[in-house]
Amino acid sequence: MARTSQQDRKSVYGAAPVQDPVSSHTLAVIVDNEPGVLARVIGLFSGRGYNIESLTVAETDHTARKSRITIVCSGTVHVIEQIHHQLSRLVPVHKVSNLTLESTHLERELALLKVVGKKDKRIEALRVADIFRARVVDSTLESFVFEITGTTEKVNAFIDLMRPLGLTEISRTGVAAISRGKEGVYEAA
Amino acid sequence: MATKTTLKPKNKAGAKSAAKSAGKPQMKLVKSTPEAKKAKSTSASQWVYDKKTLTGAEIVIQALVDNGVDTIFGYPGGAVLPIYDAIFQQKKIKHVLVRHEQAALHAAEGYARSTGKVGCALVTSGPGATNAVTGLTDALLDSIPVLCFSGQVPTFLIGTDAFQEADTTGITRQCTKQNYLVKDVKDLAKTVHEAFHVAKSGRPGPVLIDLPKDVQFAPGPYQSPEETDLSRYCPRTMPDISLIEDAVEMMANAKKPVFYTGGGVVNSGTEAAELLTEFVQMTGFPITSTLMGLGGYPMRDKQHLGMLGMHGTFEANWAMHDCDVMINIGARFDDRVTGRLDAFAPNSKKIHIDIDPSSINKNVRVELGIVADSVEALRAMIAVWKKRKYKADAAAMKAWWAQIEKWRAVKCLNYQKSAKTIKPQYALERLQAALDKEMSKKNGRDVFISTEVGQHQMWAAQFLKFDKPNHWMTSGGLGTMGYGFPAAIGVQMAHPDALVVDVAGDASILMNIQEMSTAVQYRLPVKIFILNNQWMGMVKQWQELLHGERYSNSYTESLPDFVKLAEAYGGIGMRVSDPAELDDVIAKMMKTDCVTIVDVCVDPSENCFPMIPSGKAHNEMILSADAEKFDKTLV
Repeated sequence: MARTSQQDRKSVYGAAPVQDPVSSHTLAVIVDNEPGVLARVIGLFSGRGYNIESLTVAETDHTARKSRITIVCSGTVHVIEQIHHQLSRLVPVHKVSNLTLESTHLERELALLKVVGKKDKRIEALRVADIFRARVVDSTLESFVFEITGTTEKVNAFIDLMRPLGLTEISRTGVAAISRGKEGVYEAA
Repeated sequence: MATKTTLKPKNKAGAKSAAKSAGKPQMKLVKSTPEAKKAKSTSASQWVYDKKTLTGAEIVIQALVDNGVDTIFGYPGGAVLPIYDAIFQQKKIKHVLVRHEQAALHAAEGYARSTGKVGCALVTSGPGATNAVTGLTDALLDSIPVLCFSGQVPTFLIGTDAFQEADTTGITRQCTKQNYLVKDVKDLAKTVHEAFHVAKSGRPGPVLIDLPKDVQFAPGPYQSPEETDLSRYCPRTMPDISLIEDAVEMMANAKKPVFYTGGGVVNSGTEAAELLTEFVQMTGFPITSTLMGLGGYPMRDKQHLGMLGMHGTFEANWAMHDCDVMINIGARFDDRVTGRLDAFAPNSKKIHIDIDPSSINKNVRVELGIVADSVEALRAMIAVWKKRKYKADAAAMKAWWAQIEKWRAVKCLNYQKSAKTIKPQYALERLQAALDKEMSKKNGRDVFISTEVGQHQMWAAQFLKFDKPNHWMTSGGLGTMGYGFPAAIGVQMAHPDALVVDVAGDASILMNIQEMSTAVQYRLPVKIFILNNQWMGMVKQWQELLHGERYSNSYTESLPDFVKLAEAYGGIGMRVSDPAELDDVIAKMMKTDCVTIVDVCVDPSENCFPMIPSGKAHNEMILSADAEKFDKTLV
């Protein structure tokens, strides 16, 4: 076992264990849309020291009052398995599905970017937006608001290109994800 | 002028009486509405209360009755007055007035742990709820089914920083299994029923219901537990049979097996303990239990190696370290049990049976994880073992037991006896002897033990013998000082004729000493057996062994005179410092009919051994402070 710095200091208390490699996973969580459910899910992550990279939530079935939370989290395989079980045992949680492990899946994110500029920069921004298939949803003589949809990587790339062209503000939705094929995470029954 | 002056008081009186009865006429109005009639006719149950619409407070009482509650521990306050009013007007539920809300929760835990039922507590908003947090967290970590009702400011005042307002659901979210804020009286009955269901199903735990004052007043429909849909929470209890078969096969091929059982077996009730005993004796394997698991298997039996873990026995920890197949039933690989993780039972294959899927592979990776209730799992394992006519490898078992007997011969619990001072271990041995005598008597009382937290707790676990589940109440996971006395009160309420002893330390007992009043008020003859060494013993022990004997703030100066203290509350106090008088004092204690403090002045220098120093492996345990293995230079 590799020695950690704590052990090198010869503490009388044990050293923290060495970490396995960390990877990113996307979880789809179906919950009852009731007060406090989001706080419960988030509190679980903070209380147990798990990392959230992105979290989106919205009601997906109004009559059954079900919401879908999509969480992108990072951790060792062991930690991700724990997150899965810890989420599953919450009373308002109906189903947890690890999309990264269980299937091939699609991830999309939407971002709105405000780009302020004149002349060449303005034209260049419009051209890049066209390449990325971003839509102009608002325009003044000095600014654009672009709407872009895609994977997190694509949105990141677009944002990086827009930075020198007068990017002033970004609003992102976080990741929404769904599995490919006919199998669903949850039958809306 | 005259008419005016006469009119004014009239008006005032009229306004007053209208305000006074504002709640009632409103209720009557609602009762007579078509909806209320409809609710009446659709609820097809036989409950007396169902004949009418109830107020929120009455719904709570009725739901408690329908869920089999007979006792509730609580403390009143502004935001729960309607419920207290409803309690005053009924006879089915007995309310026990504690003197601090933390004690209400611990008493409910003691009640739950000793009966297998859900323990109930009632506290007011704000400080009442925040005082309950320690008890809730304690119940969460030890998986005790507890339901706590907290008052809340009226719904229209929530979020305004009103008097005695706290975000109770926010504060308790992480220390409950589930919590609810009921904002509409229509949801109240089903919420209470679901809360009971959640508290006791699966891995049990604490549940809190926050009740705004206006909801307690509001009239609403009642539905019985039978009419309530509880299907949204139904954890798995039946094991996967193919995994059970694999597990039993692993056991049959084992050369050096060991059972490692925990609180899950106790939580599953007496049937689980009976099945465990049957299975362990059928296989002939050794068994060790966690602090919470004591009593799940008769400790006096030869196959039981005692408690394992940081202050567990030498034989139990070595058996765990050297085993080749470990069968964990209802325990959770707590750090106080495993010691250093990468050196934990290094050559073993591990089977882990737990009702909580998140417990499996949480701290220790296991070869075979089975999600199931321990009763179901044990029943299935016994069936497979019998059906396939398995037999343990006799030669291997003989060698394994020979090895275990060698470890046992170390007699790790030996201590230096003294004729001058009472050794804490000796005090507990004499207590056990007295309890044995009591239990062997014809019509002898049932004996329940609770403890506070610290050295005395570990000594109690080492030196007292538990042969039945649900007779041992201790704060394991959270390690809450001040747990034992209120828990003992809860136990005594549930078992009025039993002998309930709280083994305490001088520091811990002071954390909930105010409950003396409760014990006196309800004539509860709880015995408080204080092992008084004038130190926070466990803190002192760590400072002595691990922090260069720098005793920072661990000496409890200015301790009260416990004898006078008991008398001041209206109880009985006794003190003993001569070993020769100990038996007499214990005998006297057993006979008292009210709360009794026995101040046992024990040797203050005694430490609790054996011990696995924090972060060490099972085979690095030390038997005494002067062991050469104990590397003090590490500090």
